[in-house]
Amino acid sequence: MPFDDKTIKDLELQAKEIRRLIVQMIAKAGSGHPGGSLSSADMVTALFFHVLNNRPKEPHYPDRDRFHLSKGHCCPLLYAVLAKRGFFPEDKLFTLRQLGSMLQGHPDKRTPGVEVASGSLGQGLSVALGMSLAGRLDKKDYRVYVLLGDGETQEGNIWEAAMACAHYKVDNLCAILDYNGLQIDGRTCEIMNLEPLADKWQAFGWNVINIDGHNMRQILEAYEKAKGFKGKPSIIIGRTVKGKGVSFMENSCDFHGRAPTKEETTQALEELK
Amino acid sequence: MSALYQRDVYGNTLVELGKQNSNVVVFDADLSGSTRTSVFAKQFPERFFNFGVAEQNMMASAAGMASCGKKVFVSTFAIFASGRAWDQVRNTVSYNNCDVKIVATHAGITVGPDGSSHQAIEDIALMRVISNMNIIVPCDGPQTREAIIACSKINGPFYVRLGRPKFTTIENKPEFQFGKAQVLRQGDDITIIACGVMVYEAIVAAELLSGKGINARVLNMHTIRPIDQDAVISAAKETKGIVVCEEHATVGGLASAVDEVVAENHPVKVLRLGIKNRYGQSGEPQDLLKEYNLTSFDIEKAVFSIVK
Repeated sequence: MPFDDKTIKDLELQAKEIRRLIVQMIAKAGSGHPGGSLSSADMVTALFFHVLNNRPKEPHYPDRDRFHLSKGHCCPLLYAVLAKRGFFPEDKLFTLRQLGSMLQGHPDKRTPGVEVASGSLGQGLSVALGMSLAGRLDKKDYRVYVLLGDGETQEGNIWEAAMACAHYKVDNLCAILDYNGLQIDGRTCEIMNLEPLADKWQAFGWNVINIDGHNMRQILEAYEKAKGFKGKPSIIIGRTVKGKGVSFMENSCDFHGRAPTKEETTQALEELK
Repeated sequence: MSALYQRDVYGNTLVELGKQNSNVVVFDADLSGSTRTSVFAKQFPERFFNFGVAEQNMMASAAGMASCGKKVFVSTFAIFASGRAWDQVRNTVSYNNCDVKIVATHAGITVGPDGSSHQAIEDIALMRVISNMNIIVPCDGPQTREAIIACSKINGPFYVRLGRPKFTTIENKPEFQFGKAQVLRQGDDITIIACGVMVYEAIVAAELLSGKGINARVLNMHTIRPIDQDAVISAAKETKGIVVCEEHATVGGLASAVDEVVAENHPVKVLRLGIKNRYGQSGEPQDLLKEYNLTSFDIEKAVFSIVK
């Protein structure tokens, strides 16, 4: 599955632009979740700019691939890719978290391109399962993608859904797990250990693909592998760095859910040039 | 007097709907035999999904499926549908205004011998506080069919509350209209407002009262959300007080809904017959109704305390 260097380079540049928007939006809003938005940025950029079959001007196009953001707090990332893909004007990004804005602090259906609201953790894999089963009933070829946070997989609902996805063999579903190893209160291995994480998904009956979640070539190859795999749902476990791309945000729990100051914003944007 | 299991009617009505509309899909959580969704499953196996003992996944999956244009009926016991999966119902089903019909069976203490863990007496309260959510509590078998058909025609989330035992069929009811109380008996002295299994008890009480010279108006408040404000206000204005009867906690359910309308519009005395700061327990349905003061005699007594 070769991907040419230009495709890789373009996506990397796009991801950098998305990261800049994430920092700017959250800085303007004065609150939000930069850490997990930045760690997932490469995997989600690749998805929206290379993988998904959708129509930005026709968000409800029936045969579209579905994307659901289970870890809803990372909506700055979703809003940035949706705006960049043309679902709505880019200037709307700077209304994030304001009263009456189409961009809520956690996603809801008032944003073009958002399929289902999220924010209460642990429910997104179930939502994706429902979409996958509906696609199968309707004999449609669309695929369903769902982005999970690692901390989120501590919710019981995730494992109920993991069991059901395997039971119903939804191979039109691909979960993406942003494994940055940090949650609000600290390292996942200390707060509530997830390991052996890949083994757990495998034991639940999934096709597990482990990658470096910041390596664009590996990301694209993983999506291809998932698409080609039949008979089981696939999960791409991307090892990532929380706050990736901004030195002082990297591996910092502090930036799970706080906005950068003015000075921090200037520095972050300088680093993301 | 005929009597029917509401859940039998539910299962048959699902089949009826399934034949008419290929977008009707049914979910259950390992209780399809008890809820009678098994009847649908037999006819339309490809449109029936068993989620096992996992109600939270079932509710959130229903939202995902509804987002793709399906009309999803989700069933399990009321205690699990309302309590176990409340967050999923609030944040994912109802906030998204999904076309999901939660048809919860085995509600209230008339579940019987299984005891408190399986007796939902808080479910109406839990559902009533959720924006967008509609709530119907049918009083008997035929009304169960009417309720299921009515909710299938309205896009959006519904909670339909059914019981476990056979419910006596209430004869000569006016036409069922979602959101409109049914006046089962005219009267100017007092109003009895009831839902579910308590509607039959209310009618028996009204007959007892009539023999003692008291004309009780009886309202079947099958739709709890949105409540029929006009019917409640008329009752407050035209009769000397209201007795509300429900097989549910006295907090948060039908009585609270009536109280809110009365207090804001035309304050009168409202007595609440329900389960008062207690859990349920094992017992036969009729014995439990007696133990929790939910019989026609209890209603009669409550009426006397207002009318004297």
